[in-house]
Amino acid sequence: MRIRIFGLRTAKEILRDPMSLIFGLGFPLILLGLLTLIQKNIPVSLFEAAHLTPGITAFGLSFLCLFTATLVAKDRSGSLIARLRATPMRSIDFFLGYLLPLLPVALLQMGVTYLAAMLLGLEPTLHILPAILAQLPLAVFHLSCGILCGCLMDERQVGGICGALLTNLSAWLSGAWFDLKLVGGALERIAFLLPFANATEAGREILAGSTVSEKPLLICCLWAFAMLILAAIACKRLTSVR
Amino acid sequence: MNSIEICGLTKRFGSMTAVDHLDLRVKEGECLALLGMNGAGKTTVIRMLSCQLCPTEGDALILGNSIRETPARVKELVALSPQETAVAPNLTVRENLELIAGICGAGKKEAAEQTEELLQRLSLQEAEKKRAGKLSGGWQRRLSIAMALIQQPKVLFLDEPTLGLDVLARRELWNVVKELKGKVTILLTTHYLEEAVALCDRIAVMNRGRLKALGTAEELMERTGCRTFEDAFAQLAAEEGKT
Repeated sequence: MRIRIFGLRTAKEILRDPMSLIFGLGFPLILLGLLTLIQKNIPVSLFEAAHLTPGITAFGLSFLCLFTATLVAKDRSGSLIARLRATPMRSIDFFLGYLLPLLPVALLQMGVTYLAAMLLGLEPTLHILPAILAQLPLAVFHLSCGILCGCLMDERQVGGICGALLTNLSAWLSGAWFDLKLVGGALERIAFLLPFANATEAGREILAGSTVSEKPLLICCLWAFAMLILAAIACKRLTSVR
Repeated sequence: MNSIEICGLTKRFGSMTAVDHLDLRVKEGECLALLGMNGAGKTTVIRMLSCQLCPTEGDALILGNSIRETPARVKELVALSPQETAVAPNLTVRENLELIAGICGAGKKEAAEQTEELLQRLSLQEAEKKRAGKLSGGWQRRLSIAMALIQQPKVLFLDEPTLGLDVLARRELWNVVKELKGKVTILLTTHYLEEAVALCDRIAVMNRGRLKALGTAEELMERTGCRTFEDAFAQLAAEEGKT
């Protein structure tokens, strides 16, 4: 009951913030449009919709981390958490109340990106839904990372870590706009140890209808699980009696 | 009957003692002001009594329930209006109130009814559809108190409730507090001495985490031999050693 009520509030806070719509939906769509336009004017196949879209959705999810972290940090600095800690709210209510309502937002974000990609030439297939679902672990990773950062940092620090550092990491290491295997070396090795490129890879394989390798999905799930645990610990420390 | 019984309550942060063996009793329906200079330990006391901080030593009973042993039960009895306005900025005034009512266990219909009552009681109707983050400081403060009241607490902690308000807004909130007196036990911290004198039955003065004096404004003036309460407070708050 309390998770649902607090979760509804989380969703309203995020969806009513114009920055969420501009960055969460607008920015990935602009990137998709621009890169598709570039593809039409170059002779080589670099930004084909089927190749590009899973990368854009993986990158777009990094903004959810920023929104979540900002919301939690604001709730801390504005003392809303202090007020709610004096109510029967438990740590689990806070944690799931931040996490759960944003999973449908992540699905919506990916769904809208795929819809735009279809308008730009992506072939509508039954593989799209599983391709979206395959990136849900990355969404859990980003949302958990947002809760963790929001519990530990103030709004300014959150802007630096989640807004600049993590989105850049996600942009460069997701393999959204260039082939990491082509670059090779340390960059490729590091990228495929992290969840971003693996989520892109899993999405691409599923969308292409080819045999899905277990490794990328497994790596994404492990990162998501680890971040989920860290976020739960940070949230417990923040919201329980100290 | 006492609503709040504080026995030897102590809080240390590392080597710094924020609250030092505080003993205090607040009667049911009483409004008690907790005064002190910055860093005297007032907010730390409120944070312990509202079960946000665990005491290092000692205990307090809220209507017979220990803040150490039964914090979940205590949280059902108390409400806190923190120093900051503590509202959800992108929710409307009505939604903020319904949020707290829901979290405290009210069903949808019950939450709507309680919200309607609070909107009227605190004259918040004209702002009910406005987002809390867009309200002026005075309106936000009023909403903050409404959010504490919708919990229907037996004990209400008001941490500097009129901080930053203009004279008229402050008077309006005073009226709300006066109306609550006798029905709800109120522990209020403030830097406005006239507020403590006008609203509270008794005043506790803290200094460096210790209780320096306790009594009515008149008693404290008589004890210090001062003609104004401000002089009495200045003398008590500056005194060293334990009373």
